[in-house]
Amino acid sequence: MANEVVDPGRRRFLTATTSVVGAVGVACAAVPFIKSWEPSARAKAAGAPVMADIGKIELGQLVKFKWRGMPVFVVNRSPQQIATLPSLDGRLKDPNSDNTDQQPAYAKNEVRSIKPEWLVVVGICTHLGCVPEYFGEVKAEPFDPNWKGGFFCPCHKSRYDMAGRVFDGVPAPANLQVPPYHFVTDTLVQIGVNPQGAA
Amino acid sequence: MATAPVRIQPKNRVLAWIEERLPILSFLSTHTSEYYAPKNFNLWYYFGSLAMLVLVNQIVTGIFLTMFYKPGADTAFASVEYIMRDVDWGWLIRYMHEVGASMFFIVVYLHMFRGLMYGSYKKPRELIWILGMLIFLALMAEAFMGYVLPWGNMSFWGAKVIISLFGAVPWIGDALVQWIMGDYNPADATLNRFFSLHVIALPLVLLLLVVLHLAALHEVGSNNPDGVEIKKGPKGSRFGADKPADGIPFHPYYTVKDLFGVGFFLVICAFIIFFQPTLGGWFLEHDNFIPANSLVTPAEIKPVWYFTPFYAMLRMIPAKLPGVIIMFVGIAALFLVPWLDRGHVKSVRYRGLGYKIGLGLFAASFVMLGAVGAGLTSEYIPAWFGPTADVTTIENAFGRFWLIVYFACFVGLWAYTYFGWEKTKPVPERVTTHD
Repeated sequence: MANEVVDPGRRRFLTATTSVVGAVGVACAAVPFIKSWEPSARAKAAGAPVMADIGKIELGQLVKFKWRGMPVFVVNRSPQQIATLPSLDGRLKDPNSDNTDQQPAYAKNEVRSIKPEWLVVVGICTHLGCVPEYFGEVKAEPFDPNWKGGFFCPCHKSRYDMAGRVFDGVPAPANLQVPPYHFVTDTLVQIGVNPQGAA
Repeated sequence: MATAPVRIQPKNRVLAWIEERLPILSFLSTHTSEYYAPKNFNLWYYFGSLAMLVLVNQIVTGIFLTMFYKPGADTAFASVEYIMRDVDWGWLIRYMHEVGASMFFIVVYLHMFRGLMYGSYKKPRELIWILGMLIFLALMAEAFMGYVLPWGNMSFWGAKVIISLFGAVPWIGDALVQWIMGDYNPADATLNRFFSLHVIALPLVLLLLVVLHLAALHEVGSNNPDGVEIKKGPKGSRFGADKPADGIPFHPYYTVKDLFGVGFFLVICAFIIFFQPTLGGWFLEHDNFIPANSLVTPAEIKPVWYFTPFYAMLRMIPAKLPGVIIMFVGIAALFLVPWLDRGHVKSVRYRGLGYKIGLGLFAASFVMLGAVGAGLTSEYIPAWFGPTADVTTIENAFGRFWLIVYFACFVGLWAYTYFGWEKTKPVPERVTTHD
């Protein structure tokens, strides 16, 4: 049985195959540990759609709703606020909402919403995730003398207009995200679910 | 001085019995009383041992904090309040840990500057520098996760901003962010995994890296303010004919010197702990005394002071992915210093004027970027340029100027030494303060 002569080729082959099998085993064993970091079933359940009662939101007012732990801004835009939007196109990064990651197809329009007066956006700056502040009035602000109303992020000074469109020359790369939402009734919005028939 | 292992033969029979089986005394002797270090260490050589002291402080106080702290989004903030108010001496243990974190970065930054000043990263010490940089990285991760644990509002938003950096990774960014957080936002799951990493995983990594850092140091021997290799110098001193003439045993000479530094250092630490534990918002930000709230951003999100230079790099670039890349390159560039510097003279004492200016500019850019990242510029610009000044434009111009200086120092170091523009002075044969 004893083999006096060492066969280096055979030994190298056995070492290599053993290493490969061992590495595959380690990789497989790592999967459960890596997967354990994914959102748990409980976290996913907590991320379910929410109902937003918008019946009592006054003209020009912003109300925050919580969806998946994130603030969702719902703004009842006044006609004046809507009227400012086209005048800003030249100062924006993505005035026509061409970045399709930032809104569903049904909100890719001038006002970035289903109904012009109701703006629904995730209130999280697309730069690093802070919550922008709402500066709805058309007046000079310290951060912009020609302010036409919109959102200002206190963290790194990114600015968005009244449709959540990002200004040029600020750190944020994209417009505020429009979440999936639909109108259940005229005063009830469900955030997290697309309208029927929409992709 | 490279370690020729010594064998100790204890007279005590019990010790001798142990020593034959496990040469622990021989090991200790090899690395202390038989480790010969250059005799001309100056003040800058305190900071390595002080970093070890702070590490011990963080581990000991951390162990005790863990006995009272309760990880979890609903319990963390209250348990920190409990430590501060109800646990006997809990406030002291927590403030020792919190001030210790900032002191850690102070001594580590000074330690790194020492390495740049005296060329301690140059051959044959490149690996010591690399291991030191890895320690710095692990320390940054450790400090970041530790800052999240009290679950104050700055903890929450700091975590949110830093984790969002990974969202800039192309293709997998969003999935990666969700994977790190274990939720759609920093949440209970995030806090618990950071707790685990902060109290067990990263401390183990840190300790391992420190052991390797010291092992590599003791293999090639310590550098010194003259950048002279004492191993290559003459032999023979009162410690033995074969010992380096310019070396003295680490123990007792440098243990005593370091103990003096420890005393001085602890006086400063004690003053901060007892009189200014938050150092006016620099060591512990005011917003962290408010519980985490995912719907309200603090008026200004900024990291603790030790991250502000890198944070400024991120802020000065007007796009997300490039900003993140610049920030990581700003850290990665430090890893490359041993190979960017083609010069053969180690110590700044004998290097060209360009190196001295470059080193000064580098330190200045680091401090100035820190000031931008900490929001000092946006605070002072209205005072200096009038209330109508365009803060953003002036701040960006200032910050970008120093950002360019920071990176120009690396490029300049390479060009200066590669093209032979450096006019060095002759390096002495021996350390300059020998008898």
